[in-house]
Amino acid sequence: MTEFLQHLVNGLSVGTIYALIALGYTMVYGVLKLINFAHGDVYMVGAFSGYYIAHALGAGDRPTLPKALAVFVGSMVVCGALGAAIERFAYRPLRARPRLTALITAIGVSFLLEYGFQLPSFGLTTQPFPPGPTPRFFPQPFARVSWSLGGVELSNYDVVSFAVAFGFMLLLQLVVYRTRFGRAMRAVSFDAQVAGLMGINVNRVIAGTFVLGSVLASVAALLVAGSRPTINPLMGLMPGLKAFVAAVFGGIGNVPGAMVGGLVLGLAEEYVAGYLLSSYRDAIAFAILIVVLLVRPEGLFGRVRAEKV
Amino acid sequence: MRAPGLALRSLLPFLLGLPALLALQGSLSDFWASVLITAGVNVILAVSLNVVNGFTGQFSIGHAGFMAVGAYTAAKITLAAAGWAPAGLPPRLADGAVFLLALLAGMVTAALAGLLVGMPSLRLRGDYLAIVTLGFNEIIRVIIENTAFLGRATGLSGLPRRTTFAWAWMGVIATVVMARRLLGSTHGRALLAIREDEVAAEAMGVDTTGYKVKAFVVSSAFAGLAGGLLVHLIQLCTPRTFTFVKSIEVVVMVVLGGLGSVTGSAVAAFGLTLALEGLREVQEYRMVAYSLLLIVLMLTRPTGLFGTREAWDWLPRLPWRRRPEEGA
Repeated sequence: MTEFLQHLVNGLSVGTIYALIALGYTMVYGVLKLINFAHGDVYMVGAFSGYYIAHALGAGDRPTLPKALAVFVGSMVVCGALGAAIERFAYRPLRARPRLTALITAIGVSFLLEYGFQLPSFGLTTQPFPPGPTPRFFPQPFARVSWSLGGVELSNYDVVSFAVAFGFMLLLQLVVYRTRFGRAMRAVSFDAQVAGLMGINVNRVIAGTFVLGSVLASVAALLVAGSRPTINPLMGLMPGLKAFVAAVFGGIGNVPGAMVGGLVLGLAEEYVAGYLLSSYRDAIAFAILIVVLLVRPEGLFGRVRAEKV
Repeated sequence: MRAPGLALRSLLPFLLGLPALLALQGSLSDFWASVLITAGVNVILAVSLNVVNGFTGQFSIGHAGFMAVGAYTAAKITLAAAGWAPAGLPPRLADGAVFLLALLAGMVTAALAGLLVGMPSLRLRGDYLAIVTLGFNEIIRVIIENTAFLGRATGLSGLPRRTTFAWAWMGVIATVVMARRLLGSTHGRALLAIREDEVAAEAMGVDTTGYKVKAFVVSSAFAGLAGGLLVHLIQLCTPRTFTFVKSIEVVVMVVLGGLGSVTGSAVAAFGLTLALEGLREVQEYRMVAYSLLLIVLMLTRPTGLFGTREAWDWLPRLPWRRRPEEGA
């Protein structure tokens, strides 16, 4: 029973991360019908910008709450700007072209970020940039306190990360369903052309969607980097893939679906890896994806849309 | 009279190619032989990926995964047959027969892997395939690194060096003939129809999923062939050879050459291999250059070098060549 509960705690903490990343995929897919391949790498950039800001502030030596907040906000701003830039320069010029063109560009952007960060550094700054392929240690934002509740290990990191992740998901629900921007976003996702005719600035909504998704990715990255402190330029690859699976599982384009998908995927991974096949952890998401595509390709909450000619 | 003509057109390249390649092989230095073999392997990869990405308009970015399947199968077979010498058969011929068998077995297993991956993901639109193949590429690596039979992360070493210039370029001929014959067939027309408009193709009675899966299986089989050839050149079979860096390299070749052009991808693969050989010192910039190339190509010239045209479209029309139907 303790083992079961321990897996539950671990699964939920991984699952909330997947859910946060999956939200970015699903929102962008909703408005653009594009799988933003670079999303996992925006997550990676989130972790690294946090790392550089933390070092610039000296947060690693004497961690304080304002410094941790500054790192958090700074990294969110960097990622939001990055998301907007990617949309503006890589995807917007291609919006009228065949979908394959945008997909190839997305793959290109993803690899540009992954391998651009692995280049030898310029040596201008105190912390080498680009960081190169060696893993780096993310400074601890606050001291780790662990509790043992009836044998279940739980740390303050788990609690904070769970609370922050849920807070942001609630906030997103508010934004999507209670604000003008959210309504515009849902309209664009329903039919971009008609939304444009109704006076919605489609370009601005799409850019806003990218910013929102990228900010959530940076939150996820910081929560992960805080508790598992090694970061490297390829760290976004696997979480990105798995979050995509989570988004498909929940029904791509569906916001609550991505949250549920992320949690289910995190739990499934933790339980299967814990009880059955520990070394095949990374293969589980893939197996789930294949089953979903075979059984219910529109996902848990997705609706089947007839393709129009 | 049509059937013998077709058979001749399929077989002639092999019959003419083999003596020419064997003659050329003698005059090559070791360095050039190995460069040209690598180039040949890349041509096979690019042309076979073009069947899915170019002809069918789907997008696979996990070609190296299928390469790995073929490579490990072939490597296991040649290793198992290492000491095998049947009586009455000259050893070189026996080695050649084993190698051919190993390559064919590699193609079969890679094709099976292609079926496994293609069946679920090709029922949907192209972008699912991209992410599933990328995932498959990673999963294959995880499985290999966890399997003692396949040598885990260190891989299989001590493979005999069997891939010669003639072997590799016979593979190229086989791949190009396959692609050409496929494009001219009913199957090929169905694939092009799917690329141009999937809904319309389906309305015209094309079994879109079936054709997509078939194209994917054929493409995976030839990726397996390339894998088998490659590991018998470098005499080492490790999971590191088949990361998605390799997959992206092939994608860049296909996109640069032109999605849908056999000669385009062959020329791009050949050219890029030679260019990389010359730029060995700046290896670490390679992936950055690839990704920039992809983005810039898509923004400025999404058709690549050749578009969907072939080199022979520019040749003057010979009197005995029939004009191919328009829109091919």
